[in-house]
Amino acid sequence: MSEAAPNVVDLASLRSAGPPKLEVRDLVQTRITTSGQSVTAVDHVTFEVATGEFVCLLGPSGCGKTSILNILAGLDRPFSGEARLDGHPISGPGPDRAVLFQEPALFPWLSVAANIELALKLVGTPADRRPELARTWLANVGLERFATVQPHELSEGMRQRAALARALATDPDVLLGDEPFGSLDAQARELLQDEVQRVWVEREGRATFLFVTHNVREAALLADRVLVMSAAPGHLIEEVRISAPRPRSLDDVLVARVVSEIHEILMREVDKGTGR
Amino acid sequence: MRRAWDEVGPPLVGVVAVVLIWALVAAVTDTASIPSPAVVWSAFLDGVRDGTIPEATLKTLIRLAFAFALSIAIGALVGAGMALNEFARRSVRPIIVAMQITPFVAWLPIAVIWFGATERAVVFVTIVGAFPSMTLATLSAVRQVPPILKRAGATMGARGWTMYREVIVPAAMPGFVAGLQQAWGFAWKALMAAELIITAAGATGLGHLLTEESADVPALLAVLGVIVVIGVAVDYLVFHRLDRHVRKRRGLLVEG
Repeated sequence: MSEAAPNVVDLASLRSAGPPKLEVRDLVQTRITTSGQSVTAVDHVTFEVATGEFVCLLGPSGCGKTSILNILAGLDRPFSGEARLDGHPISGPGPDRAVLFQEPALFPWLSVAANIELALKLVGTPADRRPELARTWLANVGLERFATVQPHELSEGMRQRAALARALATDPDVLLGDEPFGSLDAQARELLQDEVQRVWVEREGRATFLFVTHNVREAALLADRVLVMSAAPGHLIEEVRISAPRPRSLDDVLVARVVSEIHEILMREVDKGTGR
Repeated sequence: MRRAWDEVGPPLVGVVAVVLIWALVAAVTDTASIPSPAVVWSAFLDGVRDGTIPEATLKTLIRLAFAFALSIAIGALVGAGMALNEFARRSVRPIIVAMQITPFVAWLPIAVIWFGATERAVVFVTIVGAFPSMTLATLSAVRQVPPILKRAGATMGARGWTMYREVIVPAAMPGFVAGLQQAWGFAWKALMAAELIITAAGATGLGHLLTEESADVPALLAVLGVIVVIGVAVDYLVFHRLDRHVRKRRGLLVEG
């Protein structure tokens, strides 16, 4: 007999006003391998994210965390189970849920500013307001001097900053991040983590952020709550709440303590997998 | 100065070498069927002076502009339609590929039967020669749009026609431009073949001149030279430049 895995996370305390911002219930996702076999990537995952919360979904590569994010973004359909936004089933992508992908995914034919202006255009921002908003957001991520350059002329870190500006310029309710800083060097990553923390704090509980990561320190630095996933087939094994004040830094004692706590959880999981 | 030489130098050396070899062969063989470059040049000047070459060139270019524009329009529409719809792609693609493989000259007899020895037959053969490659280029350009850009567009709220206009069409532009360049080559070849063979009463064009001047070797070679120069000039000055421009803007050009 195994212990009851805490797959169902009780969030009654957060359910004070209306439905949760994001809700995943009994989610199962399968994936076709290169040899044509269907494998379970996500195994009956259930969790909720409250409005204004910053949650990190943490797990090893291949644990299906990106699959969950893609379903919440409306880019993929689940095999079974439900994904809801504001209590309504998610039927497709939409500008209410901005996504930061692993790669910046800027449009290479548009200048950095024009990328942001296109995002604004697609949500119906009047043409005369777009350039100013784009400028403001570029200044926000420290790229005001690079408005007119093409994305390929920027460094990878700067491109991801531009992608962050493009994602947030339309004032989305939700920002979904799919390991957006995974391919950056340590310095660029820290800069962007600070940036993300800052914009989340600035939005004072209006913006809900859900980031997927395999980086324990990143999760501990950014999140109010870390959902720890097992290796494939991915399911939730633990929930860690982090109440350290913001803005946080990796040197904070509380953050460091959370990091070692999560490490311990992951090590236990590895032991469970290898020998008994 | 150095840059200009880097660009023009090597091809210039090639052209000069060909002319030199030609002059040498003409001098050694000394037959009427291989006139020297100087003789051909003066035949060209005669043709320009008496107005036959300018008139034929103009007529040919007008015909070409019309047929090429139609080929591009048909190719872009059919290609995009195939990219949009799986069934359309699987049913239409083999036919387009078959047309692409079929030598365009094979269409000449049937074109004459359908349209007579007319302007329309010439335009028909040109379109049939050029539009399949435009269609296939458009199809692959649209299908090769990186999925991540479509996903990004979708999360930003682009869907349907908006997705096409704002994401897919601009993302497909480099492949589309490559298709234009290729279709230009096919259109030019098909038009010359059609003009050469279909000689409508009173019609003129560079291909027609080739038939009319077949007894006068220097004039024949002068017209051939004009055909080569126009083909290369348009390819280089229009399509090569456009291609470089599009790719440079996106950082797809490897050399600086």
